[in-house]
This record gives sequence, C-alpha cells and structure tokens, in this order.
Amino acid sequence: MFFRMIRGVFLRQWKKLLMIALTIALGASLATAMLNVMLDVEDKVNQELKTYGANITVVPKSQSVLSDLYEVEDGSSGQGAYLLEEELGNIKTIFWAFNIVDFSPFIDTQVALDDGSTLTVVGTWFNHHMDLPTGETLDTGVKNLRTWWDITSGAWLDEQVDSDPSACMIGTAVAAQTGAGVGDTLHVSTKYGSTDLRVVAVYDAGGDEDGQIYAPMQTVQELSNTDGYLTSIEVSALTTPDNELAIKAAKDPSSLSIAQYETWYCTAYVSSICYQIQEVITDSVASPVRQVADSEGAILDKTKLLMVLITMLSLVGAALGITNLVTASVMERSQEIGLMKAVGATDRAVSALVLTQMILTGIVGAVIGYFAGFGFAQIIGRTVFSSAIDMKPMVIPIVGILVVAVTLAGSIPAIRMLLRLRPAEVLHGR
Amino acid sequence: MSLLELKHISKIYGDLKALDDVSLSVDNGEWVAIMGPSGSGKSTMMNIIGCMDKPTLGEVLLDGVDIAKESNKNLTLIRRDKIGLIFQQFHLVNYLTAVENVMMAQYYHSIPDEKEALEALERVGLKDRARHLPSQLSGGEQQRVCIARALINHPEIILADEPTGNLDEANENIVLDIFRQLHEEGTTLVVVTHDPEVGEVAQRTVTLEYGKIKSDKKNVNFGKEAVSGEV
Repeated sequence: MFFRMIRGVFLRQWKKLLMIALTIALGASLATAMLNVMLDVEDKVNQELKTYGANITVVPKSQSVLSDLYEVEDGSSGQGAYLLEEELGNIKTIFWAFNIVDFSPFIDTQVALDDGSTLTVVGTWFNHHMDLPTGETLDTGVKNLRTWWDITSGAWLDEQVDSDPSACMIGTAVAAQTGAGVGDTLHVSTKYGSTDLRVVAVYDAGGDEDGQIYAPMQTVQELSNTDGYLTSIEVSALTTPDNELAIKAAKDPSSLSIAQYETWYCTAYVSSICYQIQEVITDSVASPVRQVADSEGAILDKTKLLMVLITMLSLVGAALGITNLVTASVMERSQEIGLMKAVGATDRAVSALVLTQMILTGIVGAVIGYFAGFGFAQIIGRTVFSSAIDMKPMVIPIVGILVVAVTLAGSIPAIRMLLRLRPAEVLHGR
Repeated sequence: MSLLELKHISKIYGDLKALDDVSLSVDNGEWVAIMGPSGSGKSTMMNIIGCMDKPTLGEVLLDGVDIAKESNKNLTLIRRDKIGLIFQQFHLVNYLTAVENVMMAQYYHSIPDEKEALEALERVGLKDRARHLPSQLSGGEQQRVCIARALINHPEIILADEPTGNLDEANENIVLDIFRQLHEEGTTLVVVTHDPEVGEVAQRTVTLEYGKIKSDKKNVNFGKEAVSGEV
C-alpha cells in the first residue's frame, strides 16, 4: 500500500510534483554548473595562461652555474655548454608528461651579414612533429610559445608545410636594418660556413627578439657546428600554484621527509616538474620563469577563490529556494496528513510517506538539474574559455547529497509542525 | 453494557466552556444522535469521543479505558483499533482511488486487503466505482467511500460528524439506510447532526445547548414510527 500511495501521488499529482521537481532541478542545475566550472576553472585558466609563453627554462648545468654567479640570464655566458637534442623527447616521459603543453629547443649563434654587421640567429622548432618514445605524437614549437608575436608580413614558418631549411623569420628591427622583406634572401656566415636564408615572415615581438633571425634548428646547428646540441629548452607546463611545501622543495628537495617528497613529486608544482625534467635531461638545470609562474599562481588562486565564493553563494541560494518550496508544498498537505492521523497513521508512518515522496521528487529534480547544469556549464565554458567543461564525477554525489539534504531540511520541520497539530483541528480547517 | 461513558467532562477554552460537566453513556450496539445548534458543543464532544481531543476535566471511558489520560500516541492507536470516523467534508485522499482510500485505513490498521476493501465498497453500493478518484465521484458517492473506509477495520464504534450535511435528499436516504443496516448488525453509532430528520431515525437523541445536555430522549418506536419519550 505504501508504494501504491507513492505511485498514486506520482501518477495523479504529477503536475504539482513536476513543479516541485523543476524548482529543485533549477537549484540543482545551478549547483552543478557552478561546481563543474569551479572544479575545471584551474585547468581552464591554466590553459589560458599558457598563451603567455613558457614557464620553465632548461639550460645546461654549467651555464646555469655561471648565470647564478654573474646573474646573467641571456644565455650568452655559457658558450660551449650544451644540452643533447636526442633527449628532447624524454620531457614527455616524466610523471607529469600530460601537463607539458608545449616545448621548444633553442640554439643560437652569431652570424655576419654581407655588410659586415653581426646578428643573432636562433635555431628552433616552429611547428615540429615529434614521434615520442611513448608511441604518442606531438606537434610543438615556438608558434605555440610565442603567441604574442605579431606577424607584420608573411606567415608563420611551419616545418610541416615548408621543409626548406633556408626559410627564416626576421624581427622588425632586422627588417629595418637590412631592408629585407618577405621573399628576400639574407646571406649569413660564420667561421664554420655560410648560407642564404629566405625570409618568409617579419614579426614584431616587442622586445630584443625583434633584432634576431629565427631559423630552423638544423640550419643553425650547421652554421654553429653544433649538430645534435641545444643551448636551451623552453617548456610550457600546466602547474599547481606553489604552497609552503613547494617552496621548501624548490630550495632543497632533500630536506623533505619521504611523505612530503611523495606529495610534492606527485603534485604538479612547477618545482616538481622542473625536478623531473632535470632527471631526464642530462646535466641540465630546469628552473621556473618566476615572474610567469608566480603571476600564474596568483591569478589561479584568486580565480579559484572567486569561483568558490560564487559557487557557495549559488548553493546557498539554491538551497534556500528549494527549502522554501518544499516547506510550502508539505504545509499544503495538512488535511491529508490530518486525515491519515485520524484513521490511525502513526507519526513515523506519515513522516516516512511524505519524506519518501519528497525525496523521490528531489531525486527526479536532481537528475534533471544535473544534466541541465552540465549543459549550462558547457555554455559557460564555450563562452568564457572557448572550450568544453569536463564532467567531474565528484559533482554527482555532491549535488545528490545537497538535494537530499535540502529536501529533508525543507520537509522535516514542516512535517514536525503538522504532526503536532491535532487531526480535529486540521480536519475542521482550524 | 456501556461501550462509551462520559463522566462529568468539561472542555474549557479560556473563559469559554465548550462542554460543561457533561455525562453520557452509550451502550454497545446503540445508535445515538447528538444534536444541537451551532456552538452547542457537538463537534467538541465528537472530537473527544473520537480520541482527537481531550477533555479539560472528567473521564471518558471507551471500552473501559479512560482515554482522557492516554498519550497522543496511544490515542492514535485507540482511534485506529476501535473507532471508525465519518466526516461531513468526506476527507478522501484525492490522489488515491476509492478502493485505495479504503485500503489506506487497512494499511494503517493492519494489512491492506484489496478484496476486503472491494467488499466494503460493494456494501455501500460502490463496487463499480472502486477505481475512480474522489474527483470523479459525486458527494454522495464520496460519503459512501468514507463510510466504507470507516467500516473496513470493524470498529467498535462509528462516529459520524454531520454525515449528511453536504448531501442531497436521495444521497441522505442512502446513507441513513446504510446506518440502519449497520445498527441491525450490532454496530454502535454516534451521529452528530443538526438535521432533525437524521436525529429522528436514531435510536436515541441527545440534544446539547451551551455545552450542557438539554435533553436525552429515546425513540420508543425506533424502527417503526418516530415517537419519542424521555430517558
């Protein structure tokens, strides 16, 4: 009979219950959307921040020591110290490989032009295709790491489209100095040889890079007689903002306890990713670009805090709305509850019936609300981040518990109040 | 033997005495009509006899148990086991069919039995309307469902509060015929009414005024002719 009564109310009062379910769905959808966005915002903002370039640089250990001693950061002090090109793929084999979004190797050398002036030519990958040791493939290079470059003429050099080793991109300062433009050729030479570089693009980087020439890696290695060697690697990685543990580890990983070490190693702190890169690149020092890493951390922390506060307010708002409606709908049933008590229903029996009906309604609302909320989250994701918001499984139990708790919170006080009423009063409309 | 005995009961709301030192006894199988104008204390007495309220003073013995001293929880159990209630406004659960409304009383009493519930509806002439919702039934039909619900657990006493108050004459006669049958079967009936016609068909008529019993008359020709005499 219990289930017949439950079925009866669902079959014959579905319009009324649907209204309650839809209100609960509205609250649940708000909670789902905000929770999904909140839980995904770190990844999304992190991805956005990667457009501001690399946050880790890898240099040879000897060069790093000299840089530390003389506080030189432009790499010019470490001539003769190199990283091995053949180890580049190892970067995508570290524990946090999936957090490595992009990386690009660099080798630079001084070249002389025909007019006797000298320039720096930087060899790098533009959009290099890699077959990784793990069997995966990766397209990476400065095209992804220098997103702020403004190509004033021509188009980005892309090895996969134009495999000509003499193609190059020049900065606006070089273009002004040499008068070269897209399609022109620059003859450059070093003590190891000379070559003609064909300009395919002129870029405006807004800095020292405007006075440099960017050419394919192999070309510059031949000009500098450093085949298979690199001077540095820039890495763009998704990282977790530093905390005290990360700061302590960054200073000296050996100072950590075993438990701390495991926590640190298995968290995507910039310092632990640097540490892991050093493990796979021989005689290297990987260090965070502090300005970038710290700014990213600060932005992430503030964004997360903002989202947590908005989400909590949304949850409270949704909870209040649901509670009020549930209370009102239970209060409406005073005559029914009075009648049940009059024909002999105990308080427990009445409570069980009404609560079951309300919780089932809540569950229907929660299911509708979850999917609607996930849809809202996608709209937010597409609108704000131009990408989808991942479905976070942990949101399902949170929303479920929230809806059940809020439904109970709305129902129980109302039921208790009605149970305190005497049937005679309710049935006589008093 | 008295099934129900009210001993000097009073119900006082502030300065108002809804019932004032009322004593009354109802025998097993007796059909008693409680009459009186509005505000005379009829409904208060009905609520007290129906275990839905307690007197301020006095004893109410139902089958030898003083229900005035019982807890609300026990009153619910006494009501469930011993009393069948019929209301003027019918009070059916609107999302349950006629038979389900009857079964609901069974469910809270013991075990629901659809066959038995259908038999109860058949007894009040509603077997063919068993699957209808209250909104699909006329007032008279709803009242008969209410009667079937009151009968289903074989209560010791049936309390009816203005059972014909919302019915037309035809339906009133149907309900009174059912009461006659119940009385013939030995069911104790206490009917609260302000309708003299309903009062006259009862075995005994108790009239209340200002919370006191004004008269207590037995219909000496009950079942034959409406001739009354003082008890």
